[in-house]
Amino acid sequence: MSPMETAGVEPADFLAERDFGGRDREALLSELSRVLPRGALLVSPEDARPYECDGLTAYRQLPLAVALPDSEDQVRAILRICASLDVPVVARGAGTSLSGGAMPHKDGVVLSLARLRSILALDPLARTARVQPGVRNLAISEAAAAHGLYYAPDPSSQIACTIGGNVAENSGGVHCLKYGLTVHNVLRVRAITIEGEALEIGSEAPDAPGYDLAALINGSEGMLAVITEITVRLTPKPLTAKVVLAAFDDVVHAGDAVAAVIAAGIIPAGMEMMDQPATRAVEPFVHAGYPLDAKALLLAESDGTPEEVEEEIGRIREVMAANGATGIRVSRDEAERLRFWSGRKAAFPAVGRISPDYYCMDGTIPRKRLAEMLTAIATLEGKYGLRCCNVFHAGDGNLHPLILYDANAAGELERAEEFGGEILELSVEYGGTITGEHGVGIEKIGQMCSQFSRQELAMFHRVKAAFDPRGLLNPGKAIPTLNRCVEFGRLHVHKGGVPHPELPRF
Amino acid sequence: MQTNLADFIRDTPEGREADGILRKCVHCGFCTATCPTYQLLGDELDGPRGRIYLIKEMLEGVAVSGRTRLHLDRCLTCRSCETTCPSGVQYARLVDIGRAVVDRLRPRPAADRLRRALLKESLPRPALFGAALALGQAFRPILPGALAAQVPRTSGRGTWPQPRHARRMIVPAGCVQPALAPDINAAAARVLDRLGISLIEVPRAGCCGALRFHLGDQEGGRRDARTMIDAWWPYLSQGVEAIVMTASGCGAFVREYDHLLERDSRYAEKAKRIASLVRDVSEVVAAGEARLAECAQRSKPAPLRLAFHSPCSLQHGQKLRGVVEPLLVATGCELTPVADAHLCCGSAGTYSILQPEIAGRLREAKLAALGAGAPEAIATANIGCLAHLQAGTATRVRHWIEVIDERLD
Repeated sequence: MSPMETAGVEPADFLAERDFGGRDREALLSELSRVLPRGALLVSPEDARPYECDGLTAYRQLPLAVALPDSEDQVRAILRICASLDVPVVARGAGTSLSGGAMPHKDGVVLSLARLRSILALDPLARTARVQPGVRNLAISEAAAAHGLYYAPDPSSQIACTIGGNVAENSGGVHCLKYGLTVHNVLRVRAITIEGEALEIGSEAPDAPGYDLAALINGSEGMLAVITEITVRLTPKPLTAKVVLAAFDDVVHAGDAVAAVIAAGIIPAGMEMMDQPATRAVEPFVHAGYPLDAKALLLAESDGTPEEVEEEIGRIREVMAANGATGIRVSRDEAERLRFWSGRKAAFPAVGRISPDYYCMDGTIPRKRLAEMLTAIATLEGKYGLRCCNVFHAGDGNLHPLILYDANAAGELERAEEFGGEILELSVEYGGTITGEHGVGIEKIGQMCSQFSRQELAMFHRVKAAFDPRGLLNPGKAIPTLNRCVEFGRLHVHKGGVPHPELPRF
Repeated sequence: MQTNLADFIRDTPEGREADGILRKCVHCGFCTATCPTYQLLGDELDGPRGRIYLIKEMLEGVAVSGRTRLHLDRCLTCRSCETTCPSGVQYARLVDIGRAVVDRLRPRPAADRLRRALLKESLPRPALFGAALALGQAFRPILPGALAAQVPRTSGRGTWPQPRHARRMIVPAGCVQPALAPDINAAAARVLDRLGISLIEVPRAGCCGALRFHLGDQEGGRRDARTMIDAWWPYLSQGVEAIVMTASGCGAFVREYDHLLERDSRYAEKAKRIASLVRDVSEVVAAGEARLAECAQRSKPAPLRLAFHSPCSLQHGQKLRGVVEPLLVATGCELTPVADAHLCCGSAGTYSILQPEIAGRLREAKLAALGAGAPEAIATANIGCLAHLQAGTATRVRHWIEVIDERLD
């Protein structure tokens, strides 16, 4: 197909990212300041700089301005202004993304939703909560606790991350093995398009007519519309929950044990793995009593009625023992259960205690290949001369290798990125994907070219264009343009041919 | 986090300390969740992670305006973020460095300087503060409502038991506390006397240094600390086993004298020794909890529904969480549930005076949380919180040691 023919079936900005330079900055700022309260528009670099990155500090970009609206009307007004002046908009929640999803655009506005943080309604009978996007994940569970309910998806950053960000990234968490990802726990989303139009997606009823757009908006990374209201499903707190803490003297045995638990027909409420370096980093903060001499720890939780939990815990113990666990403990009470988990939840930041910087990966592989992946990572540590801590949502094969590096040491970041890239490509090779729950953002956009074909990427762009034809929402994220793929050199090369000879090289 | 400190600070002791702290921060943002000002204002710049970023930029040589200072001023230094931080970032130390640097690079406007100077020269002087307070109380009937609410009421002082035990500890007289609540130290002495410890009050020697230090006069704060050390030092050779603090705000500061004076060759060693002997009164009472429960059983006190407000300086600054509450329960108090107990009440030293709007909103939220269980009284552990909360509620606010004192025979 010639370039001309391609242009006919592929969206206009599929080939290359749009250039948003040269917009009328003065007009933008004066219009924004008219619709925002005092102090809600940050313009000077001094004020805007702390917004230049989210949880992924390796990628930074100073925005043109930061807007801090406190109502849906203000959000709508901001979007209309940006649309009329052709200015990009990057939505941001708590800024805890690990894939740079909220990294600003140099010619764009950061739209912070942190001030939209009210729980609008909580219906204990229908077991739903209607909340604004800036409500913290954990705050929903805290509000629901009085009714014996909670919001099930629990990303490790749940203390801080917002529900709007969770929907945008389709976040998972320790318990999504049994209770599902964000998409399985969100009933309805209200969002504003770049044109300022309100969309109602999904419904509070179990099913809605038409296409299931809720599945599309969850994980859309701020590319389709800006979320302003979410109705989440609340889950009854289980009567009992206990967690098994199993120690292994070999990471490979631990990986095999994970596959064996699932093969035995058990779906634990959560099944997590931490290797020795990760365990040693968190123990001084959480004092969970983790065995520090173990090469790997597995945490497997069972919840339900006391009888169910007793029976399931017994079976989990048996499988762990049969797969070479060197020590097995079961949480004796709720405090100990929470302590066992607290180390896992704090694992990423706690790595800050042993390394100034880390690069967190998010690949997913079939469970049965966990052990193989761990062995491969150990080899890559040698190849790149960098350490790697492994923290996995083992139950669903979601890997979070944390590559340790020192951003102050020349070349280490680049080595870390290459190391990470190689892990992700191995994930695809093993039959998995490049992201489990953190989203693609800016971080994994290059690997998207390995995961998907040109036709598939074009389809993604067409979906994006249906919502946001001019590509103003979070441009340059999640779905790569074709020239970016060529730049990264990561489109599959078949039979020695140069891919896309029609595209200019950089 | 990557750092590249500028020449003006890189090789100074402050620069090295700041660099070490910054490098531990991984920018995860967990701290924003428990930061009172971020939760209130919803701006990255008013949370710990944003402030760390502002400080980092400044130390890397980027020009700063009064905006950076504004956001550092809005920080309560409650240290809730330190409790939350899994990476072990010593935020309070970094913000101290940041504040000193911003004051140097961008001196405050004259009016702001004057206000701070007045506070730091009046509050730490017991005689002056006492006289001003008496004046305010005398004129309360004719003061406008808002101002009248700022003038706290005081109570009298009860008896101080004669020193009769072999075990002895000292308690500093304090600066603001004796004028506002003179019975707190005496109540501590009476409780400890029952536990077999004689508490000796060290005559007024001024402020521990926290006030001046946190008002931007770090050198003045160090001077105060040296005066304190000189006042307490002679007691150590007389077999005094601990320095008991009845105001957790002061305790949190004195506990870090070793860090404060580590570069002072004359005082470094002494400061280390003093810091190691500091105990919050709750730690001392907790060590005698069994005895306390016995005393309470004998006196059979009437039931009391109480809401406990743990000051930030106690739970975050001194990391003493869950120490006071069981003591209150042991003396028959029923503690009402308090939501968001980790959040600051807005007092925060002179913060309530310098940032009245934020402090007022935080107090409102705190009093609502404390009042949720309809308590008969509120107990706390720091004179600052006590006075600040009392100014916003008709429910009586007291130091927990006074509550316990009354409940023993």
